[in-house]
Amino acid sequence: MFAYLVKRVLQAIAVMLAISLIGFAIQGNLGDPLRELVGQSVSEETRQQLREQLGLNDPFLVQYTRFLGNALQGDLGTSYFFKEPALDVILKKLPATLELVFGATLLIVGLSVPLGVFTAIRPNAILSRIIMAVSIVGISIPVFLTAILMIYLFSVELGWAPSFGRGETVHVIGYWDTNFLTADGWAHIVMPSIALSSIMLPMFIRLIRAEMLEVLQSEYVRFAKAKGIAPWRIYFVHALKNTLLPVITVGGVQIGTMVAYTILTETVFSWPGMGAMFLEAVNRVDTPLIVAYLIVVGFIFVVTNTIVDLIYGLANPTVKLARMGA
Amino acid sequence: MTDQSVENTVLQARHAPRLRAFWDSNIIYAFRHNPVAIVSFTVFAVIAVLSFCAPLIAPYDPYDPAQIDIMNSEYPPAWVNGSLPEFWLGTDDQGRDLWSTILYGTRLSIIIGLCAVVVQAVLGITIGLLSGYVGGRTDSILMRLADIQLSFSTLMVAIIFLALTQALFGSEVFGQYAVVFLIAVIGVAEWPQYARTVRATVLAEKKKEYVDSARVLGFGPVRIMARHILPNSLSPIFVISTVQVANAIISEASLSFLGLGMPPSQPSLGSLISAGFDYILSGSWWITVIPGVVLVVLVLVINLLGDWIRDVLNPKLYKG
Repeated sequence: MFAYLVKRVLQAIAVMLAISLIGFAIQGNLGDPLRELVGQSVSEETRQQLREQLGLNDPFLVQYTRFLGNALQGDLGTSYFFKEPALDVILKKLPATLELVFGATLLIVGLSVPLGVFTAIRPNAILSRIIMAVSIVGISIPVFLTAILMIYLFSVELGWAPSFGRGETVHVIGYWDTNFLTADGWAHIVMPSIALSSIMLPMFIRLIRAEMLEVLQSEYVRFAKAKGIAPWRIYFVHALKNTLLPVITVGGVQIGTMVAYTILTETVFSWPGMGAMFLEAVNRVDTPLIVAYLIVVGFIFVVTNTIVDLIYGLANPTVKLARMGA
Repeated sequence: MTDQSVENTVLQARHAPRLRAFWDSNIIYAFRHNPVAIVSFTVFAVIAVLSFCAPLIAPYDPYDPAQIDIMNSEYPPAWVNGSLPEFWLGTDDQGRDLWSTILYGTRLSIIIGLCAVVVQAVLGITIGLLSGYVGGRTDSILMRLADIQLSFSTLMVAIIFLALTQALFGSEVFGQYAVVFLIAVIGVAEWPQYARTVRATVLAEKKKEYVDSARVLGFGPVRIMARHILPNSLSPIFVISTVQVANAIISEASLSFLGLGMPPSQPSLGSLISAGFDYILSGSWWITVIPGVVLVVLVLVINLLGDWIRDVLNPKLYKG
């Protein structure tokens, strides 16, 4: 197990280095840091002097090492637009995005398990058929379209929920303001959360159903039934446990997709999170902020994927052996 | 089956016309007896034929600035008050006939989706065959790469790649080559889906006797992979392809919605929806909702067909 852990962590570091290399390449080629710093009206001579001072004429490896050293100390450059350290700008926007992701995750976890299990236990019930029909429609509607249609229906036509922003928030600690403590905050976060979960929820219902159907066919479930164990105990304790392993792996992969979906959801609802910030940074060609976003998001991906892999390795002995050998 | 009846079926098959044999084949039989599949296929065929005949059917050419009059913008569809008879689905924010623009836009969305999946399939099948057949170090390196590629969501990779290309080239140049960029990025980012599935079937097929006998006959590895193993791994490829086309169309629409795909001058369904979103609060819902419905119906019927094909072919798909 220890060898597997070391191997997995080394892979994570290698991927992170690759991402930092991409980030560095972008920093060097997108936009001109000198022009952002001093503007156009500086003579060629001072320009060269500044280049020398800033170390822009150093060899590639020296510059990259410096970039990496700064990044490790949390210095990802200064945003051209906000005139603040890029990492600070992102950390200020992060809580809004995390709250949105939290709301959506709550919906996905809370609904996909009972609905998935129910449709597997009673595949022919009318309710199951309705759930499956709704979920295939749900999978076919892009996240941004769900968001737009919800705004049209509930904000424009019915006027039930606000269509943009976070509304009234309560300050908790540091950069973290929460939506979950005021009624207005709840009203603002409900629609974005539903929109964000609108493709993943049906996906997980279908996944849990498929896995559960397979598990219910297995010998040990039949044996448990023959032994006279209560049905709910068979379904939720014996069968569900073995259903969750593949769900964990898919869940790990989906975290990345979730980050991409936050960009779409935040754009539609003008949610002041880091996804909307990234698109604005791209439009302003705010290179340090783009690079910082890339590195922060890459870091989130790599860390969550490594953790998910380790959990999977711990939870499933067969996989553990197979992967350790590989 | 007895020898006699086998002989009979063989004889029947030989004498029956080709069309008849096709009509009686398993997959067509299953198709004829599944109303959902029939309806989905019909709807898909209608959308595909209409959109590919767009230059013949569409009353206006949305790419021709001479036919667009800004004064015509935001007319509602025919069943709403204040509409013009010549625009039965209304007009968009630039004064283009929505019906014509949707026809052209759907064609673009389908073309990008199909081409992206072809790129995915070619890359993924080649890598999957290689990985499964050669095995050893090549296999473990390629599959590790697939793991890493898969852990970064396609949409995320595409957003970052397209955002950077757009910032680098400027939106003018980017708009001209948007189709190529979209196909390339959606195509490259999803190859592991195919590679893993193909590899899994290759590993199962490789051990079978027909592969051994082909090898004994002295055929080279490329010939064995392409002519012997590949045809036997086609059904899972078929199954994922439908789902992949649906996903590619969704990805393209999402990217265009973010302004990272097709420019407003050559709208796909996604960029049309995006253009309409600015007007939805002022009540011009049709610019967004009508192309939105077309997009959902298109993706939905492809997904339904995908589910049906999976149930019919029922291959042991590689999971995880």
